[in-house]
Amino acid sequence: MKSFRSIGNLLATATLWLLSSLLSTTALAEETIKVGILHSLSGTMAISETTLKDTMLMLIEEQNKKGGLLGKKLEAVVVDPGSNWPLFAEKARELLQKNKVAAIFGCWTSVSRKSVLPVLEELNGLLFYPVQYEGEESSKNVFYTGAAPNQQAIPAVDYLMNDLGVKRWVLAGTDYVYPRTTNKILEAYLKSKGVKDKDIMINYTPFGHSDWQSIVADIKKFGTAGKKTAVVSTINGDANVPFYKELGNQGITADKLPVVAFSVGEEELSGIDTKPLVGHLAAWNYFMSVDTKENAEFIKKWHEFIKNPKRVTNDPMEAHYIGFNMWVKAVQKAGTTDTDAVAKAMIGIEFPNLTGGVAKMNKAHHLSKPVLIGEIQDDGQFQTVWQTKGLVDGDAWSDFLPESKVIIADWTPPINCGNYNTKTKKCSGQKY
Amino acid sequence: MSKRNNNPMLPCWEKPLLLLASGLWVLALLLAGLAPARADALADALNPLPTVAMADMEQAIGKLAQVQDPRVGGVLKALLEARLFYVKESKRVVFADPKDDGFKLTDALTGEALGEVGRFDVKKIPITNALRTVLNSAIAKLELTAPDAKQRLKAVESIIQNPNPEALALLTKQVGQEPDNTVREAIQVALSLADLSGSDKTLRVQAIHALEGNLNQEVRNRLTALQEKTETGDFIEPDSDIRNLAAVALKKIQLKLEMNRLGEMLFFGLSLGAVLVLAAIGLAITFGVMGVINMAHGELMMIGAYTTYVVQLLMPNAIDYSLFVAIPAAFVITALVGIGIERGIIRFLYGRPLETLLATFGLSLVLQQLVRSIFSPLNRSVSTPSWMSGSLEINSALSLTLNRFYIILFSLLVFWGLLMILKKTRLGLEVRAVAQNRAMAKAMGIRTDWVDAMTFGLGSGIAGVAGVALSQLTNVGPNLGQAYIVDSFMVVVFGGVGNLWGTLVGGLTLGVADKILEPYVGTVLAKILMLIFIILFIQKRPRGLFPQKGRAAEG
Amino acid sequence: MGIGNLLARDRVGKTFLTLLALFAVVVSTLNLLVPEASAFHVSTFTVTVAGKYLCYALLALAVDLVWGYCGILSLGHGAFFALGGYAMGMYMMRQIGERGVYGNALLPDFMVFLNWKELPWYWLGFDHFWFASLMVLLVPGLLACLFGWLAFRSRVTGVYLSIITQALTYAFMLAFFRNEMGFGGNNGLTDFKDILGFNLQKDGTRVAIFLLSALFLGLGYITSRFVVESKMGRVVTAVRDAESRTRFIGYKVEHFKLWIFVFSAVLAGIAGALYVPQVGIINPSEFSPLNSLELVIWVAVGGRGTLYGAVLGAILVNYAKTIFTGILPEVWLFALGGLFVAVTLFMPDGLVGVARRLRLGGVR
Repeated sequence: MKSFRSIGNLLATATLWLLSSLLSTTALAEETIKVGILHSLSGTMAISETTLKDTMLMLIEEQNKKGGLLGKKLEAVVVDPGSNWPLFAEKARELLQKNKVAAIFGCWTSVSRKSVLPVLEELNGLLFYPVQYEGEESSKNVFYTGAAPNQQAIPAVDYLMNDLGVKRWVLAGTDYVYPRTTNKILEAYLKSKGVKDKDIMINYTPFGHSDWQSIVADIKKFGTAGKKTAVVSTINGDANVPFYKELGNQGITADKLPVVAFSVGEEELSGIDTKPLVGHLAAWNYFMSVDTKENAEFIKKWHEFIKNPKRVTNDPMEAHYIGFNMWVKAVQKAGTTDTDAVAKAMIGIEFPNLTGGVAKMNKAHHLSKPVLIGEIQDDGQFQTVWQTKGLVDGDAWSDFLPESKVIIADWTPPINCGNYNTKTKKCSGQKY
Repeated sequence: MSKRNNNPMLPCWEKPLLLLASGLWVLALLLAGLAPARADALADALNPLPTVAMADMEQAIGKLAQVQDPRVGGVLKALLEARLFYVKESKRVVFADPKDDGFKLTDALTGEALGEVGRFDVKKIPITNALRTVLNSAIAKLELTAPDAKQRLKAVESIIQNPNPEALALLTKQVGQEPDNTVREAIQVALSLADLSGSDKTLRVQAIHALEGNLNQEVRNRLTALQEKTETGDFIEPDSDIRNLAAVALKKIQLKLEMNRLGEMLFFGLSLGAVLVLAAIGLAITFGVMGVINMAHGELMMIGAYTTYVVQLLMPNAIDYSLFVAIPAAFVITALVGIGIERGIIRFLYGRPLETLLATFGLSLVLQQLVRSIFSPLNRSVSTPSWMSGSLEINSALSLTLNRFYIILFSLLVFWGLLMILKKTRLGLEVRAVAQNRAMAKAMGIRTDWVDAMTFGLGSGIAGVAGVALSQLTNVGPNLGQAYIVDSFMVVVFGGVGNLWGTLVGGLTLGVADKILEPYVGTVLAKILMLIFIILFIQKRPRGLFPQKGRAAEG
Repeated sequence: MGIGNLLARDRVGKTFLTLLALFAVVVSTLNLLVPEASAFHVSTFTVTVAGKYLCYALLALAVDLVWGYCGILSLGHGAFFALGGYAMGMYMMRQIGERGVYGNALLPDFMVFLNWKELPWYWLGFDHFWFASLMVLLVPGLLACLFGWLAFRSRVTGVYLSIITQALTYAFMLAFFRNEMGFGGNNGLTDFKDILGFNLQKDGTRVAIFLLSALFLGLGYITSRFVVESKMGRVVTAVRDAESRTRFIGYKVEHFKLWIFVFSAVLAGIAGALYVPQVGIINPSEFSPLNSLELVIWVAVGGRGTLYGAVLGAILVNYAKTIFTGILPEVWLFALGGLFVAVTLFMPDGLVGVARRLRLGGVR
C-alpha cells in the first residue's frame, strides 16, 4: 500500500500545478491593442482557414508599419480551435476573457460561428466573419464581411437564366446549413420565375463525399433530357475535387452542363487539376484576376509577406482585408476599442473594394459588394464573364423565404434589433 | 436551306444571338461560295481577334470559320483548347505551348517557330462557354471530312446535339461516301432525327422505325418530347399515330436502358469496392498477419499520394508516364517509412496489439502535421494522365470511366501480386510461418525480426501504392488518410482478419451493396445501413466472412 | 462493505477525492467571491474549461471501467457520451421556447427552417427536466444493453469488438449529420438560454454546473471503486485476464460483461449531459470515431486499470491540449502525437505506472 503514496503525491502536484497555472493568467499592463485570430490551423478546416490567419498577420503587420492604431501597436493573438466546434467557443472565451482582445477575426463554417455566437453576446465581443454564408442571422456582435445569399446565389442564377438560357436546375450541396438554406432560397426564387418542380433536382451529400459516380450519372441523366441544364453547387471543400474529376471523366463539359459553384475559389482550385474544369463557373465578390490597382497592390503585398509568388488570393481574404480596414477606421472614428462604441462607429464606414467600388457597412452588419461571375481557366484563375451593374447590398434575411420575409435587421435606433419582425413589430431571438 | 422561316429546327435555338450569328454565317457562306477565295482571308479574319470585344467575339469566330483554308481547323481548335495567344507588343496571333515557365510560340498563320517567351509577354485570347459551343459546332463541320473516323464520329455527334440546316445538308452529302460503319449509323440517326422533325408523315414513320432501340440520348429526348402535353392538357404532337409509334419505340429503348443501368450500377459498385480493397489490403497484411492495428495506415496512403505529386513535379513534361514512376517510388518510400515505424516503435509492442493502436494513432497525428508543415495544409493538385481521363464507351447509354476502370484492374493486380508473394516466395512462406506460430518459427531458424520488418514494409508499401491510385480519384491533402481508415478496418474485419481473400470479397461486396442501396435510400443512409449490416454480421460470424482456423484464431 | 471501509483501503482514491473537493471549492470561491481585479480571481473561462475537464475525466473513468477492468476496448464510447449530451441539449433546446430566431414557441429554429410542421415524437417530453435526465441515463444504457447483448452473446471479442464499436459510433455520426433526422444536422443543438430557469450565461449557473460535474466525478469514482472492489468486479477482472477459464469455472461471462458495459455507458451519458451546458453546443462531430479513439488514449496516458489514472490522464492530456493550442498552434499535433507514442513505448502502464515504478525503485 505504501507505494501508492507517490501516486497521491503525483496527483497532488498535478492539481497544484494546474491551479497555479490557471491563476497566473491575470492581465499585464496594456501597451498594445490585441486582435484575436480564431482560425483552425489543424483538422479538416485547416486547409481553408490557415490562409486567413496569414492574411490577418499580414494586415496587422502592415498596420503596425503605418504606426499602429490610436498610438499603440497592434498585437495578433493566434489560437487554434482545431476544427472542433465546442473548442471554437472555448477559444473565443479565452481570447475575450483571458487575452482581452479588442476584436476577433475568425471562423469559417457556420457551425463554428453559431458556436461562438453566445460567447460573443455574453462577453460583448466583436467578431468579423469573412466567409459567404447562409444569412438568416444578424448579431449585434458580428460583422459579416462575406457574401449573403443575395450577393452570390441569386445573381449567379440570374446570369445562368438570362445569359445562358438555363431551363433545368440541379441544386447539389453538402448536407449542412449553408447549402440547405441557399438551396431553399434558390428553389423559392426559381419557382417565382416559373420553373417547374420537375425541372429542379436537389441532392445532398455528406461532408468529404468521395464517391460521386452514381450522383454524377444521375445529374448527367437529368441534364441531357433536352433543355439546357446547369448545376448550382454548394458542395463544400474536400468533396469538390472528386466531384469535378468524376464530371470530367463522365464527359460532362462546361459547354453542355455548366456547374456554378459558391464554395470553389482560387485557393481550392490550386489543389485541383483544372484542365477538365475549364469553363465551369463560380460566383464571388472577388477574383484574383480582377484588374484594378488596389488588387495588384494587395497581391504584391501578399506575395511578399508569404514569400511565395505562386500563392493565390481569394474572396474570404478580401473580406478580411475590408473587414480589418473598416475596423481600423471605426476604432479611429470612435477613438477607443470599446465594443459598443466601435460597433456603432462601424455602421456607415466605407472602404474601397479590391474589385472596384466602395464597400459600405450597412445597418444589418453586412457589406455592399459587387457580384462577379467567372469561368475557370486552365491556370486555376477565373475570367470574369459577368458582373452586376453596381454594388449589391447584403441582405441578412432572405426575401424569398416565407418565414424570414417579414424580418429585417437594423442596428440603429429606434429598431436596434437584428431580428425585427415588421409585422408584429417585435424583436425576437435577442437577449437585450 | 433558304426557307429559314418554316425550319422545324428553329425552336431548338433558344439564343437569339446564336441565331443571328448563324444567319450571318449562311450569308457569309453564300458569299464565300460566290467570290473567289482570297489568299489572305485567314489573316483578315484572324488578326482582329486580339482587339475584338467579348460581345463581338462570336461574330469574329463565325467569320473565321467561313474562311476556306486548311489552317482554319487548327486555329479554331487552338482557340478552343486555350492555346491561341497573341504577343502583347505586336498583337501577332500565335500558338503557344507552355515550356518551363514561359511559352514556346508558333505563328498561327505561317507556322513559323518564334522561339520562347516569358509568361507575361503573351496573352491568351479569352473565350467563354457560349463561344465554346459555337467553336465546337464550327469544328464539327470542318471535321466531317477528316481522315480519322473517330474525329468524324465526334463531329457527327456534335451535330446531333446542335443540329442546323447546313450541317445536315453536309451530312446528307456525306452519308453516301462514308466508309466507316459506326459513323454512317450516327449520320443516319442525325438524318432520321431531322426527318422526324419534318412534316412528311411517311418520312416521320420511317424515321421512328429507324430509331427504334437506339440508345442515343437525343433520340430519347425527341421521342419523349412527342409524348408531352401543353399547359392546357393537349398533346403537342397532333398526330396520334406518330405519338403511339413513338411510345412503342420509347418503351423498347427504356427496356434496353434498364439493362444498361444494371451494368452501370455493378461497375460503380465494383469500382468503389476496388478502392476499398486497395485501401484495406495493406492493412490486411499488417493487421491480419501481424496483429498490429496500424492507425497510421491511412497516413501511409497519404504519403503514397504525395509521392505521386512530387513525381509529377519532377517530370512536368511527361505526366502520362508519371504513374509508372510513381507506383514503384511510392512503394519503396512507404515501405521504408513502414520499416522505420516497425523498427522504431512497433517491435517494442508485439503481443500488445491494442497498444500498437495507440502508438500508431499518435504517429498518424505526427505524420499529418508533418505533411502540413512540408506541403502546406492546402490540397495539392495531381494531374490525371491523358490515358486515364475520359471514358470507355460501351454504347451511347453505358460508358465506363477510364480511371475507375484502371483502378479496378490495378487493385486486382495488386491483390494477385500480394497473393503470389505470400504463396510463392520464401518471404511469404516465412511470413505465414511467423503468423501461425511465432515461437516455433523462431525455433526453426527463421529470423522473426527480419520477417516482421519485411511484412510491415510490404503492408506499408501496398498502402503507398493505394495512395497513388487514390490520388487519381480524390484530394491529395493531409486529411486523405483519415477519410479511409475507418472504412478499411471495416473491410478487413468483415472479410475476416488474416485472410486476403476475405478482404477482396469483403471489399467488393460492400462496394456493390452500397451502390445498389444508394439509389433507393441516398448516400448517407446507404452507408449507415452498411455499417449496421457489418455490426449484425459480426454477431452472426464473429470471425468475419472467412474465419481463420486453428490456433491462430484464438489470438 | 461500507463506503468508508472501501475508501479506507484506497488511499490514492482518498487523496484524489480530497483534492477534487478542494479544487472545486477553491475554483468556485475564487470565481464568485474574489473581485475580478484581484490577482487571485479565477475567470469564468477557467471555470468552464475546468468543468469540461471534469466531464472528460468522468468519461475516461467510464472507458477505464470497461477497458482497464474488463478488457473490452470500446472505440465507440463517444457515442454514449454524445447521446447523453444530445438528451440534455434537447431539453435546453425546448427551454428556448419563443426566444428562438423565428419566435416559434413549439419548434426549435432548425425545424422551423426545414419546414417541419410539428415536433417529432422523439422530441416529446423533453421539455421536462426529469424526463430529459431520465433519458440521459436510459438512452445510452439501453443502447449499450442492446449492443452488448448482441455482441457478448455471440462472443465477439478483441479487435472485432473494437472495430464494431467504432462502426457503431460512425453510424451514429453519419445519422446525426443528416438534417432529416431532426437533430439539427451539422450545426447540432446550440444557442441554449437557460437550464431549470437559471440563465446559462450567469457566472453562478456556470459555477453550479461546474460543482455538479465535480460532484458527479466524485460519485462516479466512488461507485466505480465500489463496483470493481465488489465480488462482481473481481469476476470482471477475471474475465479480462482469462475469459475462457472464467467461463469454464461456471460464470456467465456475458452477463458480467454486459453489466459493466451498460454501467460504463450510463456514466459516459452523464458526462455528456454535464458537458453540453458548459460548452454550449452539441453536434455530430462528438460521435466521430477519432474522438472515441482519443479518449482511450487519455486512459492509456494516465494508466489503465487504475480509476484515478484515467482521471489524471484525461485532465492532463486535455490541459496539454489547451496549453499547446494556445502557445504552439502550429506544432501542437507534433507534441500530442509524440506524447502518445512516447507513453505507449516508455510508460506502458501510464503515468501511474511510472509513479509506481519510481516508488518501488526508491524502496529498492
